[in-house]
Amino acid sequence: MPRIANLIFAGVVCLIASMLSVAVWQSGTDANTPPGVEESAQSSVAQSSVAQSSVAQLSDKAKTTYPVIVRKPSGPPRIELAGADPQGRTGSVACSTCHSVREPNLENKTAATLDEFHQGMTFDHGAIACYSCHDPGGSDSLRLADGTKVSYQNVMTLCSQCHSKQAESFAHGAHGGMNGHWDLSRGPQMKNNCIDCHDPHSPSYPKMIVGFKPKDRFNEPPTDDHHHEGAASHDDH
Amino acid sequence: MTTTEPSTKRSLPIVENFGRRAAVKGAFATLGAGAFVAAISPLRQAAKNSSAAEFMQQHYTELSADQKADVIARLEAETKEQYGADVTIADDRPIPGTKFVYAINLSVCNGNGKCVEACHKENNHDRDTNQSYIRVIEMPKGTMDMEQGSTTYSGAVPKDDKFYLPVQCQQCDEPPCVDVCPVKATWKEEDGIVVVDYNWCIGCRYCEAACPYHARRFNWKKPEVPAEEINPNQSYLSNRVRPVGVVEKCTYCLHRTRRGKLPACLEACPTGARVFGNILDKDSNIRWILENKRVYILKEELGTKPAFFYYFD
Repeated sequence: MPRIANLIFAGVVCLIASMLSVAVWQSGTDANTPPGVEESAQSSVAQSSVAQSSVAQLSDKAKTTYPVIVRKPSGPPRIELAGADPQGRTGSVACSTCHSVREPNLENKTAATLDEFHQGMTFDHGAIACYSCHDPGGSDSLRLADGTKVSYQNVMTLCSQCHSKQAESFAHGAHGGMNGHWDLSRGPQMKNNCIDCHDPHSPSYPKMIVGFKPKDRFNEPPTDDHHHEGAASHDDH
Repeated sequence: MTTTEPSTKRSLPIVENFGRRAAVKGAFATLGAGAFVAAISPLRQAAKNSSAAEFMQQHYTELSADQKADVIARLEAETKEQYGADVTIADDRPIPGTKFVYAINLSVCNGNGKCVEACHKENNHDRDTNQSYIRVIEMPKGTMDMEQGSTTYSGAVPKDDKFYLPVQCQQCDEPPCVDVCPVKATWKEEDGIVVVDYNWCIGCRYCEAACPYHARRFNWKKPEVPAEEINPNQSYLSNRVRPVGVVEKCTYCLHRTRRGKLPACLEACPTGARVFGNILDKDSNIRWILENKRVYILKEELGTKPAFFYYFD
């Protein structure tokens, strides 16, 4: 029996010795480069990369600043024709197709008083009338409050007359969605214009339906099992 | 005859030499060996789950450029092997002279949750759990107390008596999550982003408990993402597919923002409530907001100094 005990003891000693040697070998392979050398090499690499990128940034700034591109409407709206001609074609027409031959009626302030066209249009934009923004003298453009014509592409100029607070925020990126780059030295930024999000005739932002929901524990509805109030609920226990 | 009898008895030495001392020695030696094997058995398990190179990998900040390249090549190969997707894992470092700051206009946010979904897709989150770094909390009007809100709202938003508070990592200047990490697997970088070395994290979840904004997530299971849905533009410290059993968090999309682009949640926001920028740039949007709007921070009393602001206008 002492021989067996000795064998077992020797086995355990060998196991521990082999574990130690493996550990020593592994740490040896880790530290095959002297730590000082590695550190200095790393820091020099870091410094050079920092220098490079700052140089690149400086030269970029000196070279170009990319623009902030605000989307614009393509032009005056086109009216889709409801019916088809005898050849079965449908099409769209400009506002001026009808409005150039009809006298503007300044009496019409909302869609409610219209009896022929544009009926049933949702209009919820304060107390302003159609011709507050639309130009009675030329239906393919808009009109500012001082009578200046402004094209449909520059609709934001029109909106900004009243909504100056929003226009100011927009100019500073605090209103309106955007895409692209925060760093204009690296790429442009694209921004929405007013009517991308707001229907000009009913400008309040529409309600949305929530779609995507993470399923985590904070999403479980709270259970009120432990909030027993009064003696009645305790009778069961 | 009488002299030969004991000699035949001696021919059975095992029975005769089995002393108490030897038995005790043997028993304890066996016990010791058994205990040793039991003690190192988790290592055998670990060896099965990870390659030797992964096991021996150093902390991110101690990796040399060559080692980093090796690690990234290994991770790309692993993603290809496990997910069947060709991805590029970059090592995006902070841009000198930037400190990233986020702001959300709570007057505009309507709680539609597009940011949550964009984060989910951009950051290769587990598809099954709909994991995301952002939670939108539906709050009763008149309080900024997160605990009074609910994340389970649904249907048409915004509701009349509610406002909506999107909460994600606030990239605090005094991050409690970094303080509590026992292995320094999470730290704050020069541009203000608090990052995690997913290969160094031991998954103790102290940081998750320490974060007052519930901003950290734990990978309870291996993330499952179909190959065609994996975002191939990845970064080591950001949206690469994380291993199971580690903590992860919002990185302000550093794989985008350190290349000059806007974060994914901002681009997805249909209301334009989100603003992102460099607070060190005097002409930046974010500076104008901080100077001109009424700005709030969440749980100011905790002294975490978030780099995340909320404002009303």
